[in-house]
Amino acid sequence: MSTLLLNIPVTQYMFYFLSFVAILCGMMVVISKNPIHSILYLILTFFSIAGHYLLLNAQFLAVVHIIVYAGAIMVLFLYVIMMMNLNEKDEPNKKVFLKIAAVGSAGLLLLTLVGSLKGAEKMVAAAPLNTNVGLIKNLGQTLFGEFLFPFEISSILLLAAMVGAIMIGKKDPVK
Amino acid sequence: MNSTGTPIDYLPIVLMFLVALGFVVTTIVATHLLGPKRKSKVKDAVFECGIESKGNARFPFSVKYFLVAILFVLFDVEVIFMYPWAVNFKELGWLGIIEMFTFIALLLVGFYYLMAKKALKWED
Repeated sequence: MSTLLLNIPVTQYMFYFLSFVAILCGMMVVISKNPIHSILYLILTFFSIAGHYLLLNAQFLAVVHIIVYAGAIMVLFLYVIMMMNLNEKDEPNKKVFLKIAAVGSAGLLLLTLVGSLKGAEKMVAAAPLNTNVGLIKNLGQTLFGEFLFPFEISSILLLAAMVGAIMIGKKDPVK
Repeated sequence: MNSTGTPIDYLPIVLMFLVALGFVVTTIVATHLLGPKRKSKVKDAVFECGIESKGNARFPFSVKYFLVAILFVLFDVEVIFMYPWAVNFKELGWLGIIEMFTFIALLLVGFYYLMAKKALKWED
């Protein structure tokens, strides 16, 4: 217990640092004009969120987040940007009305999030918190035991995604 | 729940990241400070010796790249599920092998479909 107490300040510093990086990079994703730069900032955001997962002791999620999101999904994002014609002369005119609508809806979302989190610190956990639930070994035992059926169903989900991607992306040879 | 751990276990990896980042930054800064600088119109050309660059690099790519990438992501997610299985391989025993093989068999159906449709064939 004493070692755990000693660890608290370090984790707190890490939390503030990672939150700062995540929010800064998240803002840069929106602000930067070049879409490729946006994606690079998004990768940094993903890395800092993976750091958050580590602080929450969800080590499997952290690893998956880096391998799948920062590695693979970002490649998809890059390809999407490459598929679109993003020359500056083709840049669509953004009307003032659209900008105001975007700011308004984003503000409403912020209001909802703040409202839902207000008073959350007073909530009491229904069950005693097990901090080791996110470790790979424990997660695997739960996944292949209690949650066996959803795991097998997820393969059907992946199969459907695969078939869908081939159906849309591959045109049939002309007969 | 027989495995325990704290975030502090990952301190070596954080240190490794810091060392890697520090090495990159130091090398880049050092080459800028130490290296000679010769600037001329020819030296600053995009390709110093080669074909002159023409036009814009921003043109739409073929959707085939995207198809390959999305199939890679799907199989990547499949392999991710093997990670907790491999860690628990001995504890899960034969039941785990049956579970995983069912999972893989369902995805092999997709792989067979992919091969039958020749989705990875580049030339039409």
